[in-house]
Amino acid sequence: MAEVKIVGFLCNWCCYAGADLAGVSRFQYPSNIRIIRVMCSGRVDPVIILDAFLYGAAGVFVGGCHPGDCHYLQGNYYAEKKIEMARRLLKEAEVDPKRLRLEWVSASEGERFVKIIKEFTDEIKALGPVTFEKGAMEAACLAAADYRLRILATKERELLEEGNKYGEVFTRHEMDRLLDDLVREEYEVKRILLKLNKPMSVKELSAELNLKPNIVLRHILDLKRYELIDLHEIRDNTPTYIARELSEEGEITE
Amino acid sequence: MTEEIRIGVFICHCGINIGGVVDVPAVVEYASTLPNIVHAERNLYTCSSEGLESIKAAIKEHNLNRVTVASCTPRTHEPLFRATCKEVGLNPYLFEFVNIRDQCSWVHMHEPERATEKAKDLLRMGVAKAARLEPLEELTSDVIPSAVVIGAGISGMTAALSVARNGFSVHLIEKEKEIGGMLRNLYRLYPTDEPAEEFLEQRIKAVKEHKRIALRLSSAVRAVEGYVGKFKVILDENGIEKSIDAGVIIVATGAEEFEPEGLYEYDGERVITQLQLEEQLKKGDLNWAGIKNVMMIQCAGARGEVVGYCSRICCMNAIKNAKLIKEAHPDINVFVAHNELQAYGEVYELYYRDAKKAGVRFLRFPLERRPKVRRSDGNLVVDVFHERMRLDIPLEADLVVLSVPLVQNPDATQLSKMLKVPLGQDKFFFEAHVKLRPVDFATDGIFLCGTAHGPKDIGESIAQGYAAASRATIPLARGYVHSEPIISSVNEELCIGCGICESVCPYGAIEVVETEEGGRARVTGVRCKGCGTCGSSCIKRAIKMYHFTDEQLIAQERAAVVTEVIS
Repeated sequence: MAEVKIVGFLCNWCCYAGADLAGVSRFQYPSNIRIIRVMCSGRVDPVIILDAFLYGAAGVFVGGCHPGDCHYLQGNYYAEKKIEMARRLLKEAEVDPKRLRLEWVSASEGERFVKIIKEFTDEIKALGPVTFEKGAMEAACLAAADYRLRILATKERELLEEGNKYGEVFTRHEMDRLLDDLVREEYEVKRILLKLNKPMSVKELSAELNLKPNIVLRHILDLKRYELIDLHEIRDNTPTYIARELSEEGEITE
Repeated sequence: MTEEIRIGVFICHCGINIGGVVDVPAVVEYASTLPNIVHAERNLYTCSSEGLESIKAAIKEHNLNRVTVASCTPRTHEPLFRATCKEVGLNPYLFEFVNIRDQCSWVHMHEPERATEKAKDLLRMGVAKAARLEPLEELTSDVIPSAVVIGAGISGMTAALSVARNGFSVHLIEKEKEIGGMLRNLYRLYPTDEPAEEFLEQRIKAVKEHKRIALRLSSAVRAVEGYVGKFKVILDENGIEKSIDAGVIIVATGAEEFEPEGLYEYDGERVITQLQLEEQLKKGDLNWAGIKNVMMIQCAGARGEVVGYCSRICCMNAIKNAKLIKEAHPDINVFVAHNELQAYGEVYELYYRDAKKAGVRFLRFPLERRPKVRRSDGNLVVDVFHERMRLDIPLEADLVVLSVPLVQNPDATQLSKMLKVPLGQDKFFFEAHVKLRPVDFATDGIFLCGTAHGPKDIGESIAQGYAAASRATIPLARGYVHSEPIISSVNEELCIGCGICESVCPYGAIEVVETEEGGRARVTGVRCKGCGTCGSSCIKRAIKMYHFTDEQLIAQERAAVVTEVIS
């Protein structure tokens, strides 16, 4: 059986250079990681991370500069929040969020890079190949592409540190509650939307997705209000719904 | 893209560095099975002139429109291969690098089979990206041939003079009514003991007389707009708003002395700082009649007491003042209580010995047992811990001088935000790279010198002033700047003008402008550094980060995990 594969996104200035240094120093580490160079860890979009899982990555590693060392000043702080968002979505799709790891490695920390990769590879090997329901991971991808979660992931730091437009600063606890609720809702909505490629009733959706009918109904009403689904027909006094074509914004590139 | 993709792959043995571990012929064979590959070869050293010729020949012979080299690391060799492509007319951004040495053969030396499999995977990923690369054109923009220097202390004056003497006009901005900075308060300078005033006067005269230096006194920077080559600095000059255009900016805002409020019985009268001492020595208004014992305490407030760092200059400064006092008043006992003592280099070492010879007493204390100052019957007593005897020695003092660290100006935070340049952990300005790019900021066209960068003495400040000026003169002399086209771009049809991209951009390279269709984000190419955070933050996914597009990264990541090739 093929070995588990880990996709690594490393920032050009720190972690990628650290990985090069590991090579120059001939430090040895497991060969499971496949590295992709990006300019900044802040570039790594949760959509791309979740897409890697969707296609079968057993783990995803993101490496950036230490806080305060980012070549682009703050990219790594944004990365942290984006990765956190991706982790929440993994959890929704019932994939162990430990499979996604973010670490800070400087250009001089070849040894640290190796230590982390060894540790992470062992962890991923122990977890084994990734398993999930395809529709679940697709819904996670769609949710990550949706504007609501993208706003939150980007604004989280500001909301925690400077507050919103009205100067209300969020506590960590409030933020977590807000994120938990919103991530769950977005994910449920996307699951419903994906299921509605064929007409279904609230009851059927509720049974298939293991969601309470009142929750499904609430999402259905929202989706209808946003004109993302239509009433298909009334079957035995029960309305069924069908999705309109997925709008451009929700679509995964390619 | 309608054009047929024709990729050439070049796999490097790097002598035995790659070839000794990875089965290179097998990788070449595998490469030729990948989609869009019209040519695959291996080279002993792809970076040798032979290898480069081979790339050029293959581009011409096979009409290649993409080139992928699998060898060492893009961090060292990408410029070379890009230039090679460019030589034969292939856009250099149609080149893709695959790292199979530093991140493969060298780190899996004992697992040749796995290393070979990984090399194949990495190549497949690289080729997947290569197929999606787009030609990009380098950006060029003009440079206004003048500089703004913020701060007219010794480093700022040095930098301004240097730039002006190179033939460019300089706007020297100073918040005080006079130029000269902290030097104006100093008494004498080590190691020559020359009066600071005389030294400073020459400099001030040179600055004032230079026809290409325009002094802006009592001026504060209110806002900074623009980018390398075209900065606009908005000033508040004596309450009047003024705007200055310049090609480059040099930050020389200096530092100030830490105020040891609440430490060591500090009162500004009998317990003073070194700077206060120098001012009094300069004015000559210190009443020596009642002073028998002078105690200087090093590292007051520094090295973990209040700030974490060592302020570097205080040792020599204390040695100097102690020596001057002792020489002028041999009857006075002068003590310097210190932990470590930095008198680096031969000249400073000799200076320190002179101070000892003059009779200055140096007492060493451990950092965890710093001296304590207390008052007893109106007298000052300093308890200095003696390491060998393991006990506090009480020493009477009539004057206690605290060697406090230099700390960043409070205005620096504001300025760092206006310029979009960082402050480090210690709040001093933070250069692009300590060793590789000193005096540069990561933001192009902005440079740094003097104590705004961290504590340093006059000589070092002057050297750094010259360095910043010489770096700043490069774009001024050239007249234009090039910038990499790896920048973001906005699809205005998708953009809704929410401005989230503007809020995350550290360089002010993207901003929402009003268009007929409403607000739309626009990128100023020369300012963009290509981090791509705007792209991953855009709520409509309307931003494309060139050379690291969603499409390219997704193709790479999918190719990493899916062995069957997706074309």
